[in-house]
Amino acid sequence: MAGSAQDIIIVAQAESGDALQQGEVVAPAEEHAAEGEHAAPADAHGATDTHASTEAHSEVFPPFDPASFGGQLLWLAITFAALYFLMSRVALPRIGSILETRRTRIEGDLKEAERLRQETEKAAAAYEAALAEARKNAHGIAEETRAGIKADIDGRRADVEATLAKRVSEAEARIQADKDAALANVGGIAAETAQALVAKISGTVTAAEARAAVAAVSKE
Amino acid sequence: MADPNKVDPIHQFQITDIVSFGEGGVSFTNSALFMVLSVGVIALYLLLSTQKRSLVPNRVQLVSEMLYEFVAKMVSDSAGKAGMKFFPFVFSLFMFVLVANMFGMIPFFFTFTSHIIITFALALLVFVVVIVYGVYKNGLKFFKLFVPSGVPGYVLPIVVPIEVVSFLSRPISLSVRLFANILAGHITLKVFAGFIVTLGGLGFLGWLGALLPLIMTVAITALEFLVAALQAYVFAVLTSMYINDAIHPSH
Repeated sequence: MAGSAQDIIIVAQAESGDALQQGEVVAPAEEHAAEGEHAAPADAHGATDTHASTEAHSEVFPPFDPASFGGQLLWLAITFAALYFLMSRVALPRIGSILETRRTRIEGDLKEAERLRQETEKAAAAYEAALAEARKNAHGIAEETRAGIKADIDGRRADVEATLAKRVSEAEARIQADKDAALANVGGIAAETAQALVAKISGTVTAAEARAAVAAVSKE
Repeated sequence: MADPNKVDPIHQFQITDIVSFGEGGVSFTNSALFMVLSVGVIALYLLLSTQKRSLVPNRVQLVSEMLYEFVAKMVSDSAGKAGMKFFPFVFSLFMFVLVANMFGMIPFFFTFTSHIIITFALALLVFVVVIVYGVYKNGLKFFKLFVPSGVPGYVLPIVVPIEVVSFLSRPISLSVRLFANILAGHITLKVFAGFIVTLGGLGFLGWLGALLPLIMTVAITALEFLVAALQAYVFAVLTSMYINDAIHPSH
């Protein structure tokens, strides 16, 4: 793996060197030539390389430079330990608690909402029941009132009718009495009339004779 | 550099001292600087964005939460609930590698994940954590890892050495995968970008010719952003899976 990575690098450097067309060769080519492993690309340019930029490069490919290992490991240990400490002690517990608080809050709110919903349903059911009851009561009251009014009207009507009937019968009785009286007077009137008639026609007649004559006629 | 037009794709990997502490002492190099910067950026971002602990997160806090949940899901999917003990470890690795790779995409920034010693040290750390925790947790049963269940006995002499070799090669494959991807990407990018400069120096026809490497450079830059994120992800996923082996050694 490492060898192939170096291959890539050397090819890349050879290409960039060619592209320059300035007769210069980047320093690492020479350095790798020193390793003896990839002498071929280095040989092509090695002779012209006169000023290896050693101020920018150490003798090896920097990522593989053992001289830097110690320092990097030390700083890695310091920084990664600090990071781990900060994460595990401060940052992650804090974020975890934020998320936990939110989760419990949401769960609590959902439970509360569910409870309120049930309460609402209960209240709605109670309202429905009360409404049905009221409706039933209203119906009863209406029936009662109607019956009361009807009884009242019936009573009054009966009274009035009774009074009227009484008056009618009284009137009828009076009429009958008047009629009887009138009829009783008819004989007397007839006799008087007959007496007057006879007196006009043939001289005098007594009241008794006239009365007898009328009675005889009215008998026929 | 003697010639400003000279393109040296290796120069970007050069380690230079920024501050030296005495003779032969340990120097603060550009590599160390970017390690410190990476840790600083990660810590500052995560801590500042979550400072308000909002119940309804704003954008910056949401990014932190998404990173958290992304890695948490990765770990619990690979290593189960017991693996969540290693969540801070995997999260640190993921963020460290991710930020280092992303820093590497900024011109003139040093990419410490392009140094094999760094990736190898991280991979070795994973390897050691897996072995130590595996043996601590499962005792000798940990070595069942090398004996797949359901394999007939007469095949075992062949299978077990293969399993052992594949296990031992893990730190190498883990480190070289990350290192080689970043290294190769950066070199390719520099080489193509170098073509633009050299061709551009050749006059009008050179300008036309330089268009091709320019397009290539743009395309490779996009690809390298993908690789940077992907390699951090791959590193973290493989770490989670190795940790799963330490917790549940039987296949």
